[in-house]
Amino acid sequence: MRQILDSLLLVLALALVWQGLYWLAGDLALASPAQTFARAAELLATPSFWRHASETFLALGYALLIAVTAGMGIGLALGMHRLSGEVAEPVLVSLYSLPKITLYPVILLLFGLGISAKIALGVIHGIIPIIIFSMGAVRAIAPVYFKTARVLRLSRGQLVRTVIVPAAIPELVSGLRVGFSLTLLGVLIGEMFASQRGLGYLVMKSIGTLDVPTMMAVIVMLALVAVLISSLLLYLDHRLHRRAL
Amino acid sequence: MAASVVKMSADRSVSTPMLHAEMTGVTRIYAAKGKTPGVHALGPVDLALRQGEFFSVVGPSGCGKSTLLDVLAGLSSPTEGKVVFEGAPVTGSVPPGIGVVFQENAAFPWLSVKDNIAFGLRREGTDPAEVERRVGYALGFMGLEDFAAAYPSQLSGGMRQRVCIARTLVMQPRLILLDEPFGALDAQTRLLMGDELLKLWRETGATVMLITHALDEAAMLSDRIAVMSARPGRIMEELETGWPKERDSRIASEDHFGQITSRLWKRLREESIKATARGGA
Amino acid sequence: MSRAGTIRLLFVVLCVGALEAACRGGLISPQFVIPPSVMAAHLWQLLIDGTITADIVETLSNVLMAVILAVSVGFVCGAVLHSLPRLRRAVDPFLATYYAVPFFAFYPLLIVIFGLNALPIVTIGFLFGVVAMIISTINGLDRIPPVLLKTASVLGMGPVRTALMIKLPSAAPHLFTGTKLAIAYSFIGVIAAEFIMSSSGLGYSIAYAFNSFDNRTMYALMLFIILLVTLINAVLYMWEQAIMQRRGS
Ligand SMILES: Nc1ncnc2c1ncn2[C@@H]1O[C@H](COP(=O)(O)OP(=O)(O)OP(=O)(O)O)[C@@H](O)[C@H]1O
Ligand SMILES: [Mg+2]
Repeated sequence: MRQILDSLLLVLALALVWQGLYWLAGDLALASPAQTFARAAELLATPSFWRHASETFLALGYALLIAVTAGMGIGLALGMHRLSGEVAEPVLVSLYSLPKITLYPVILLLFGLGISAKIALGVIHGIIPIIIFSMGAVRAIAPVYFKTARVLRLSRGQLVRTVIVPAAIPELVSGLRVGFSLTLLGVLIGEMFASQRGLGYLVMKSIGTLDVPTMMAVIVMLALVAVLISSLLLYLDHRLHRRAL
Repeated sequence: MAASVVKMSADRSVSTPMLHAEMTGVTRIYAAKGKTPGVHALGPVDLALRQGEFFSVVGPSGCGKSTLLDVLAGLSSPTEGKVVFEGAPVTGSVPPGIGVVFQENAAFPWLSVKDNIAFGLRREGTDPAEVERRVGYALGFMGLEDFAAAYPSQLSGGMRQRVCIARTLVMQPRLILLDEPFGALDAQTRLLMGDELLKLWRETGATVMLITHALDEAAMLSDRIAVMSARPGRIMEELETGWPKERDSRIASEDHFGQITSRLWKRLREESIKATARGGA
Repeated sequence: MSRAGTIRLLFVVLCVGALEAACRGGLISPQFVIPPSVMAAHLWQLLIDGTITADIVETLSNVLMAVILAVSVGFVCGAVLHSLPRLRRAVDPFLATYYAVPFFAFYPLLIVIFGLNALPIVTIGFLFGVVAMIISTINGLDRIPPVLLKTASVLGMGPVRTALMIKLPSAAPHLFTGTKLAIAYSFIGVIAAEFIMSSSGLGYSIAYAFNSFDNRTMYALMLFIILLVTLINAVLYMWEQAIMQRRGS
């Protein structure tokens, strides 16, 4: 409880800094917190805003679905097969630190301007950390669990279902957390530069028309949703890690 | 190197016992990896476990006891030599009928005590009523009834080890391998757990191989004891205790018990010093 | 080379070979992707005639500044947060969700604050890198074995000596991880910022080539960035191995 209060206090402090910055930088660069929230309330009442929002969350949903299932599948497989994991790891790390935005032209050529381009950008941002975390999760499983599985003569499917996945779940959730943030970032980047719809597009358009309050309102709402979902995952993460001892 | 065989008692004649498991000329060398050199951990070792006996292995720390167990169970392949269990060679996988309790805590933290114990049976598709019956019995036998719904993180180290013993027990293995199962317990609890283990051995009729570094434990529980050398572990001596089948921790006050432990300690002292000097402890 | 290394090299060579064959064989149109050999040849030419030297220097110096800022500020913030548990608990959910916020949108603000120069770009690189460093620093400090701290107080070491002789070495692997991540993230941030809103630098040059349908330059520059990232990662990896070797883990 006190923790939530502290977090709220922190938000308040940030709002004060924000107000200070506003006084410093002026109307052209920044909207005040009051202006931003007024604009957010207006936006929430317009149907076109909801069309943009649903487009973004639809793209995010698809991207997450692909990134999580494929990422965890690949990561678990690489974690179980030692040699493949060793072969793949440096490649994955390089891909992780590659500025994926530079691939944006290729994505655009491949997928065109529609929702699939955003989904693709979301996936390539989110899938790599999920693979890396899942692989690490399997590698960190105590060897004695694998020995126990062999003594109990588990089949490969049983091993994955009843030992590897439950043992790796805390780490998988950590990976999901990072993957979620980056997938959202990828989708937004896609919308900012390769789309006519979605919240990313709305931000970009308001930057173009110098409509600072709209820009800030959309960003703040996006950040709120992201923080909320991520906090839920964080809570789950802590609980799972505590139980795992 | 031929291991010397010592009989501590002549009155118990062994009528050509049936062999249950056998290792011949087994060595295990861990391959060099990168800049770390290879390790010759074990052997050559010859070992024969008789049907239904209680066999213990003692040896200085790091001498290859756990490696011996892994090879015998089929968890790792011998570099040389061969392993036979119930007449069939052991190659690459664990044959049915072998149960292992590991040195490390192997209780699954995501399952309750009860689900941990039932884990193996459920994977085999055992009838739920039968699972319930066996798990209930094992919970009682190991004194875990009150903790059936608890998770391993809520238990003490000794209790977690009992969960692992129970999980092995319900599978009704014919050969039970235990790797220092009581390492985390205090001396008194150890003695009591030893009694439980003897009771379990008598009731199931299984062959038991116990790895331990506690000489009194080995002396009290076993029919036969193998003493291993410092790494690479070989069997320096096999010793028959000659205890009757009905025995418990009270025999610890007998003279014969003292003779066995001092004999074991005499053989082990030099080896332990060797192992310690090499940084094995 | 290790077995995995050999397989990896073979794998990469095979992929590049397959792409080359597909492009040469007409399976992939040159309007879409050009053969890797052409990318490499064109990159070589760009490097030799000095067309992109200025861009490279600019991007790398931006990254360098961003990394230095991110690592030092991130370390200090991490240490402060670690010593104030209450503040830390309040900040935790924000650290965890940080990367979901699109900073590029703050670019206009940054221009008003810093003016039209490299600073807004460096700031975005910094913003990307700093949180990775904060998180790693906190992780590292969290995982110092309590017995080491007890040993320090038994030996009568003061807070400064404890920090320098116990905490820092003990948290070093995590700090290294943090630095590695900060480099990667700052690099991503700087290139992305250049790509989107700058008028110079490698990121901008890719965007420019793309918009003027200059596929050869675009792919040559992409290749350059991939090679650069791989090189940086390889150097960091070897450095890390050297450190780990000494620790014997
Ligand atoms: N997977 C492995 N790779 C390389 N060396 C190993 C491996 N496992 C064990 N060793 C080495 O083999 C030797 C024997 O190990 P083992 O675990 O069998 O000893 P132990 O007798 O069980 O020791 P303890 O009494 O401490 O349990 C040790 O020197 C150990 O360092
Ligand atoms: Mg051992």
